[in-house]
Amino acid sequence: MTSAENLQAFRRDGRIVVVGASLAGLRAAETLREEGFTGSLTMIGDELGEPYDRPPLSKQVLTGWVPAGNTKLPRRREIDAEWLLGVPADGLDLAANHVHLADGREVPFDRVLISTGVRARPWFVESEAALDGVFVVRTREHAEGLQRALAAGPSRVLVIGAGFTGSEIASICRERDIPVTVAELAPAPLVGALGAMIGEVAADLQRAHGVDLRCGVKVTQLEGDAQGRLRRAHFEDGTTIDADVAVVALGGIRNTDWLRSSGLAAGVWGIACDTGCRALDLNGLVTDDIFVAGDVARCPNPIYEYRLISLEHWANAVEQAGVAAHNMVSAQADRWPHLTIPLFWSIQFGVNIKSVGVPTFADEVVVTQGSVPDHRFVAAYGYRGRVTAAVSFNNAKWLDHYRRLIETAAPFPPPCPAPDQPADMKPVPVDFPGPVLLAQGATVVVTGHDPSERRVTAVRQHR
Amino acid sequence: MTTTETPGLLRRILDYSSRADPYPLYAELRKTPVARQDDGSYVISTYRELTDILHNPHLSSDTRNLSQPMAGAEGQTAPAFINLDPPEHDRLRRMAMRHFGPPHTPALLTGMEPVLATTVGGLIDDLTDKERIDLVDDFAYPFPVTVICHLLGVPREDEPRFHLWVNDLINSIDYDPKTDPKEKLDKGVQARMDLREYLGGLLAQRHGRPGEDLLSRLANDDGPDGRMTDEEIVSTANLLLIAGHETTVNLITNGMLTLLRHPQVLQRLRGEPDLVVPLVEELLRYEPPVHIIPWRAAYSDITVADTEIRKGSQIMLMLAAGSRDPDRFHDPDRFDPDRRDNQHLGFGSGIHLCFGGPLARRETQIALTELVRRLDGIRLVDDPPPYRRSPILRGPVHLHVERSAG
Repeated sequence: MTSAENLQAFRRDGRIVVVGASLAGLRAAETLREEGFTGSLTMIGDELGEPYDRPPLSKQVLTGWVPAGNTKLPRRREIDAEWLLGVPADGLDLAANHVHLADGREVPFDRVLISTGVRARPWFVESEAALDGVFVVRTREHAEGLQRALAAGPSRVLVIGAGFTGSEIASICRERDIPVTVAELAPAPLVGALGAMIGEVAADLQRAHGVDLRCGVKVTQLEGDAQGRLRRAHFEDGTTIDADVAVVALGGIRNTDWLRSSGLAAGVWGIACDTGCRALDLNGLVTDDIFVAGDVARCPNPIYEYRLISLEHWANAVEQAGVAAHNMVSAQADRWPHLTIPLFWSIQFGVNIKSVGVPTFADEVVVTQGSVPDHRFVAAYGYRGRVTAAVSFNNAKWLDHYRRLIETAAPFPPPCPAPDQPADMKPVPVDFPGPVLLAQGATVVVTGHDPSERRVTAVRQHR
Repeated sequence: MTTTETPGLLRRILDYSSRADPYPLYAELRKTPVARQDDGSYVISTYRELTDILHNPHLSSDTRNLSQPMAGAEGQTAPAFINLDPPEHDRLRRMAMRHFGPPHTPALLTGMEPVLATTVGGLIDDLTDKERIDLVDDFAYPFPVTVICHLLGVPREDEPRFHLWVNDLINSIDYDPKTDPKEKLDKGVQARMDLREYLGGLLAQRHGRPGEDLLSRLANDDGPDGRMTDEEIVSTANLLLIAGHETTVNLITNGMLTLLRHPQVLQRLRGEPDLVVPLVEELLRYEPPVHIIPWRAAYSDITVADTEIRKGSQIMLMLAAGSRDPDRFHDPDRFDPDRRDNQHLGFGSGIHLCFGGPLARRETQIALTELVRRLDGIRLVDDPPPYRRSPILRGPVHLHVERSAG
């Protein structure tokens, strides 16, 4: 049988399993059907209930405007799938081609898509995390719980971590007129994603809206009362603050633990894949039947020196899922590369923040349009003399232009003036906090000498 | 590469004899995405180049940035935001939008639905026993005029007065000093002054009298950006009054014309009223009311499709040609209400994206659904119908239909 006939047969009655039934998983399933896949489709998800949208969870749901239950993702088409919900996958056997579920079931496949995403990084002391009033926000249930706590009118909310989620939650608190303290280890909010200059703007924005913003501080302990309710938080310098709600917004952990023995190149950074979304194995070899999409994927981007980049962006999940699904049911010659320019947005303190490109891939930043004091501007990021990213505050309609500058490796700083260019336009160093995460221990070792013998072996991390 | 396309192609497009079907000429024009004209101006006609330049912050909407001033521009005292750049454009548009849409006035359009439905219903009531109907004079013109008057707070009975002014104004937009009589321009300049004076008079009565209409709201606003000056309010009202009906007339008329030319789609719309939503989007692509943005200015040197456009150059944007670009739209000359990924240029793109687009959409959706539902067995009297003069705001001047017997 030729491979064309094989593909025909697979498209007709093959078995595809999607592990991770959220945005990326659902959109991939829809694309598979759209592309004419008529075989069996199984959706595995650890959460009960239909796939829902997460961006509103730190925004409209927390204001109480949209009930958490009303965030179900719109369906683009019927997918005719078997749904295995409420049980996580806990293993992938590449020799037998099946997914192992936590309840012992085994689900066989011909091809599998991994879109298990990210979970919230919990507070590091389990007993303190369990206190009444301590929240993370990732799932619908989390958002619902926090919404109720905010509606009860807490005396003060402590937000730990001033990334996008933490800042959005602080914004909601102010909107609801709840006193809020934001504690951030870095020198300013958003600084890890957008650098020092924008971080300073974000800090001004928070303070102007009445946030008690404390940067360069570390929360060391959450203290409860006899009933197990949160009462106060302790800082590293010995000071304390009374709060009855704490939101732990310290980013996410990629859901790759279940792949520990799978032989795939999976770890804390995600699952490495090629631009066709095919997973790499431990040796860095491309697999044929394992695909990855969404927050958990770590994909090379040719525009950024082919570096492996993982993105926790809504638009990336949708686009990558589409490419992965297309490639799962296409012959090699018809496959697409996932080559989009990252796009991200946030709404906080009445400002629409939007970015295009990879701002961390930059050495300089310059305000090209608008006015920083008015919180209406566009800033372009450059790396060695070319544009690599842009961020807008309440000025998003220009970003398509900057996307084109990134795609065409246009010179940085952009040479020509626009009508709304600030008078004192001058590039400044972008200044990101040090790459602390790079200091983590090795995850693999290489063995063997002869080219036919050389192999990579995973090393369990010691905590 | 800078290339000059077939000499005279633009002139042929602008010539009245091409009005009924400019699309083959657009196809010819697209062979040169950025075409330099003999007078040093540029014409852009392909989708990718149009969207690129519409998002380019170096493209100016302010005539003062043209190295050769526009004829008749001297009459403009305070330009409306359509002819301004950021930050002034942003400030004025933001202050107007406060009273027109989200986030400050999200319910305006929904609140107007009863007015839209009643107006449409009443106009069609008057048509049902007529044998012969002019869909322009009897419906597509009076409907949006009534709506924009209601919205702005302009007395409906004044319509015959401003109708004449608006006509003269529109006629003067594509004034060409080489071929047109000077009178055409003079009439436009005079009409602009008369209309401003008229709106200024209405505005004077609104100060200190808060009301629901847009003029009253603008006159008494105390938003974060402060209040517009009277001159700015008049410019804004002037813009909305003209744009608020001149374009929608064409969209509705082009819509009925297209449906009568595609009876199977018309029949489908009767049975599936929801089809009207994608259908109007396809209409905005296939027969848009605004074909051309007649000029923009290069604020700095701009490179588009490897062509360098020098600072101060005039740039003409052929939006309707871009919406039929086969490199962007599959089978672009086919009217396909089921078309997906239909990011047409019917409302432009970028910061000057049509301010009234959401209203125009809803007006047209209601108009087409109701016309098709209530007017049975109508057929076109002339195909093609007679067209208005303007190649910019393009549409039939009359659209006569007849009841076929039985």
